[in-house]
Amino acid sequence: MIPRPLIFGVVFMLLVVLGIGIYMLRMRSRVIAMPLTAVDSRPVAPPAVGATEEVTLYVADDAAGMLRPQSVRIPLPSGRQQRAEELLRALVNLYLGKPTSHALPPGAEVRSVYLLEPGTAVIDTNGAFADGHRSGILVEELTVASLIESLASNLGGINRVKILVEGKQRDTLAGHADLSDFYDVSAVAHMTEQMQAGQ
Amino acid sequence: MHWISALLALAFLLSASAPSIDDKRITIYSTAANYSLSVVGREGHDYVGLLEILEPLGSVSARVDGGRWKLRYESVEGEFIPGKAQARIRGKELDLSGNFLLESGRGLVPLAALTTLLPRFLGGPVTFHDTARRMFIGSIATQFTSELSKTTPPKLVFNFSSPVNPTISTEPGKLHMVFSREPLLTSGTQTINFSDKTIPSATYQENNGAAEIAVAGTLPLMASFSNNGRTITITAAGAIPTQQPVVQTAQAPTAPQATQPQASPAPVAGAAPPTAPPVAATPVPVHRLLAVVDASHGGDERGAALTDQLPEKDVTLAIARKLRQELENRGITVVMLRDSDATMGLDQRAALANVATPAIYICVHASSQGNGVRLYTAALPSRIENHTPFLPWDAAQAASLAGSQAVASSVAVALRQKQVPARTLEAPLRPLNNIAAPAFAVELAPPGKDTLELASPAYEQLVAGAVANGVAQLRDLLDVKR
Repeated sequence: MIPRPLIFGVVFMLLVVLGIGIYMLRMRSRVIAMPLTAVDSRPVAPPAVGATEEVTLYVADDAAGMLRPQSVRIPLPSGRQQRAEELLRALVNLYLGKPTSHALPPGAEVRSVYLLEPGTAVIDTNGAFADGHRSGILVEELTVASLIESLASNLGGINRVKILVEGKQRDTLAGHADLSDFYDVSAVAHMTEQMQAGQ
Repeated sequence: MHWISALLALAFLLSASAPSIDDKRITIYSTAANYSLSVVGREGHDYVGLLEILEPLGSVSARVDGGRWKLRYESVEGEFIPGKAQARIRGKELDLSGNFLLESGRGLVPLAALTTLLPRFLGGPVTFHDTARRMFIGSIATQFTSELSKTTPPKLVFNFSSPVNPTISTEPGKLHMVFSREPLLTSGTQTINFSDKTIPSATYQENNGAAEIAVAGTLPLMASFSNNGRTITITAAGAIPTQQPVVQTAQAPTAPQATQPQASPAPVAGAAPPTAPPVAATPVPVHRLLAVVDASHGGDERGAALTDQLPEKDVTLAIARKLRQELENRGITVVMLRDSDATMGLDQRAALANVATPAIYICVHASSQGNGVRLYTAALPSRIENHTPFLPWDAAQAASLAGSQAVASSVAVALRQKQVPARTLEAPLRPLNNIAAPAFAVELAPPGKDTLELASPAYEQLVAGAVANGVAQLRDLLDVKR
């Protein structure tokens, strides 16, 4: 003979398990029915707090086919490498905003900047930066020159720059601008001067 | 030894891509362009690519749809079925007198079908000299007259209705003038007798897509150009040593700015006198400037999507073909690195160009951004250290950069003279850095806001003509730099 309190206890426990199971199933179906929030793959903005500094960014202008120096105040960390990264992210953000003088594809991002001795910088961009970049000699040249000029003019001592995509070397940015080799900063400066001259 | 093997392989590739003497060719003359195409033998007939024939004449596209090859020229639709001798143009059936062939997406039609096929697409008459494979679209012809002055020595003067630039060669007793690009026609006698001991006769004939005038001579002969390429004078050249063939450029510049003296004699190898020992009847090559024209992108590598339907690779090929024509009209021999929808790597392009040792390398690009034409030379570091006897691959252009910039500037001036906006820039653009010769890139942007204007034959022709003018202006400089 099973004692009556034990029977009540087991039944109560079974009811609790059943109730929890129904509740979990309803929660699960509600989560599935919930719309997915779009993933914003844009780069995070530079830190909004902290001391701001004035820097000169060389902003590409498609209409004029040249770079325009533009002074902006952005918060910059103290570390040289972090400064380089924030500088280029601020530049890329200009191109991702609307209106812009030189559109980059949505999701384009500078992942990291590595500063190596002596005088070498490596800019690592993400896949969206190159995969969605517009194709053309001038439009690609403007992007490359803008990154290098902005970096070299604000961080002294950089003589050559390499641009990677997702940590790997590519032949070209989008079919034209050469990414297979290091860029000589003085050659890029000369290239930029020629653009500004509007010849 | 690896590099020797590589060089030999490259030389083989280049020679395979260049037309050989035995190549069968068809030449098409029209008001839009004069051009020559390879003819291939299939099923016992001569065939030619239909798309290649129509491309220089207007806007054309082709696609394979449900086993049928559909071609659109301007607003005319054509439909072809591989292996069938019937086609449908403008909704009407047409007999091709041979099966239509589709090879790697390339539609081939029998030569014999062109006289019925092309008028349907072009909406006008065509005249086809089938034995010589010369096709005339519309009323286009260069006529000529000849007159012998019985002076001492006698002079045979040919007057042409438009400027000509034949390839001149000699064999014992004859001087040959071969007109590959000119729609030369004669309605008169094929052989003209002059009743002269020194220059007894001249013969006109057509063969393999070219016209030829052969002048018989009992003394060594030389040719000189005047009247802006419209007059060629043949005279006896007694002073020319017959045992040492003189190889010179026989230029008949059509560009008004050409620096070549137009009226100066351009002596060619004199015909051997009757007493001279017999020599091989091989034509003496006439020295001409060599340009390598590189239609960028191609095959799987489509370049920029100028519009949804217009990839950059198609526009660059169309412009490159027109540029070849314009350069050859100015006496500059052209090697095209890509004359079909082929995939080529940047290193491969540079290697082929360097093996050809050209006087100038021209790379053609197109862009929907901006207006006019942008001309690029290589962006190189100001100091390049090289302590080896070899040129560094990544900076092979360094020694030629000044020449490249001079030619790009000359081309910019020529473009502006044609009211086409032009800029000269430096760019990190391969394979410019790897070319061991003067080199520049042309990036063509639309003249106005409509990107489709990039595919306009008239605009492409205008730019190609101006680029060729700019290059021809510096012919002397380029020749020296070789």
